[in-house]
Amino acid sequence: MTELLQNLIDGLGRGSIYALLALGVAVIFGVMHLLNFAHGELITVSGYVAFWTISEGWSWYLVTPIIIGTAIVTSLVIERVAFSRVRGSSDFTLLLTSFGVHFVVSAIFLLYVSASVKTFSRPRWVTNTYSIGSLHIEVFDTVVIGVTLVTLLATSWLVQRTMFGLALRAAAADFDTARLMGVRSDTVIRGAFALSGLLAGIAGVFWLMRAGNTVPSAGIAPMLKGVLAALIGGLGSLRGAVLGGFVLGLAEVLLRSRLPDSVASLTEGFVFLLIALLFIFRPQGLIRVAHAERV
Amino acid sequence: MLEVSRLTTRYGAISALRDADLHVGSGEVVGLIGPNGAGKTTLLGSIAGLLSPAAGSVTFDGTDITGNSPEKLLRLGVALVPEHRRIFGDLTVEENLKIGGITQSRDERAELLHEMGERFPVLREKRTVAAGYLSGGESQQLAIARALMSKPRLLMMDEPSLGLAPVLVDVVFELIETLRSQGRTLLVVEQNATRMLEVADRAYVLRSGEVVAEGTGAELRERADLFDTFVGGNGQ
Repeated sequence: MTELLQNLIDGLGRGSIYALLALGVAVIFGVMHLLNFAHGELITVSGYVAFWTISEGWSWYLVTPIIIGTAIVTSLVIERVAFSRVRGSSDFTLLLTSFGVHFVVSAIFLLYVSASVKTFSRPRWVTNTYSIGSLHIEVFDTVVIGVTLVTLLATSWLVQRTMFGLALRAAAADFDTARLMGVRSDTVIRGAFALSGLLAGIAGVFWLMRAGNTVPSAGIAPMLKGVLAALIGGLGSLRGAVLGGFVLGLAEVLLRSRLPDSVASLTEGFVFLLIALLFIFRPQGLIRVAHAERV
Repeated sequence: MLEVSRLTTRYGAISALRDADLHVGSGEVVGLIGPNGAGKTTLLGSIAGLLSPAAGSVTFDGTDITGNSPEKLLRLGVALVPEHRRIFGDLTVEENLKIGGITQSRDERAELLHEMGERFPVLREKRTVAAGYLSGGESQQLAIARALMSKPRLLMMDEPSLGLAPVLVDVVFELIETLRSQGRTLLVVEQNATRMLEVADRAYVLRSGEVVAEGTGAELRERADLFDTFVGGNGQ
């Protein structure tokens, strides 16, 4: 029982970061039908900014807003430079474009910075734990879960209660009709990329605090987690993406702790196996989106 | 108010609309009638900015608006109630109306929302219901109310009576009469030619992508030759 509870807490911590990443993927997919394989590049760029600033001796308190800002700006720049040019193209074109962006961004760091791993110091409290009864809880996980909860509530307010959120939902349901109502496509799409960047930035802070290093290909892992979690949840559903993130985090933690030691290193493989099984029995993901396919 | 000149719109190699000329004066109710595939929806879509015309021009109040985006046109005062209504089914009735008024100030929007509630009591009653659950007649009312939320100077409607029970068709035409008596400018595509010609000041007949006739309702009603070819008498 204690072990299960322990797994649950660890899984929630891990899942929180995945949920933020997946939500960013789902927001973009909702309005543009773009499955953004470049989503992780927001973390690649943020990672180098973290490396440069922290090696200058800047504190994490200062670097945190810089990372979030970097992710937002990077997201908007990528939209402007790449995705705005293929707006309205087929889903396949959009998908290929996102792959292109992923390769170009990592190539830029590979060519102009370095292929080697750049490490930076992590905040000291990241490895601290405290105990409640026999549970060992990481301070880090506590912060992650708390911040994620606040972020999700704020995002939910934005999407449900503001005119921007309304425009976002209308555009996701039927882009042309939303435009007929006066919803500006630029506003909605750039807003979606900014929101996606903000969410990736917050996730990125945690990701980088935990990792303490970056490489040109650093974006692949967070991208995979985000895209997979969004797929598990049912692409296009924001609630599904969040749920998918937590499910993925929990599945990873549970498998890692329950699998025999000899195969524990294959956790990722088992996770993929589970995802494959999910799609065999529930190809639409956990939450079905009625209007996922725009005409 | 609206001036369409030699407008041509293509889907690939097919011209869905060829050299269409049309004008709508302020306060006029103009009908667009014709058989399926005549290019009526294409014409409205080309005016509203959903489709890019290959040739020709559209002017609104003397300004060239050819190829402008729908969101820009809406701000100029051109609104379209699209074919099949295109209600946002997952959003509530009230949210649908709010989207319609997105270009208005917050206060203005609240006022318009109130106004729509008075004019369409059923929408006020069901304001918290997801719009996907509305009946055909209700969702047509919502589609029109949603378009009115932008205070359009020219309101275009694409087949407002399509798929409605006869009694609801009456409601739609009564609504068109009401809007007309308020001095609104309307351009309405209708399959139900007989009914449309009764309420329209003027109408255009489209066939195979071309405007083949134009005249007042009374004039066109006497052109039996036009009717036989597409409505078999009355369009039900």
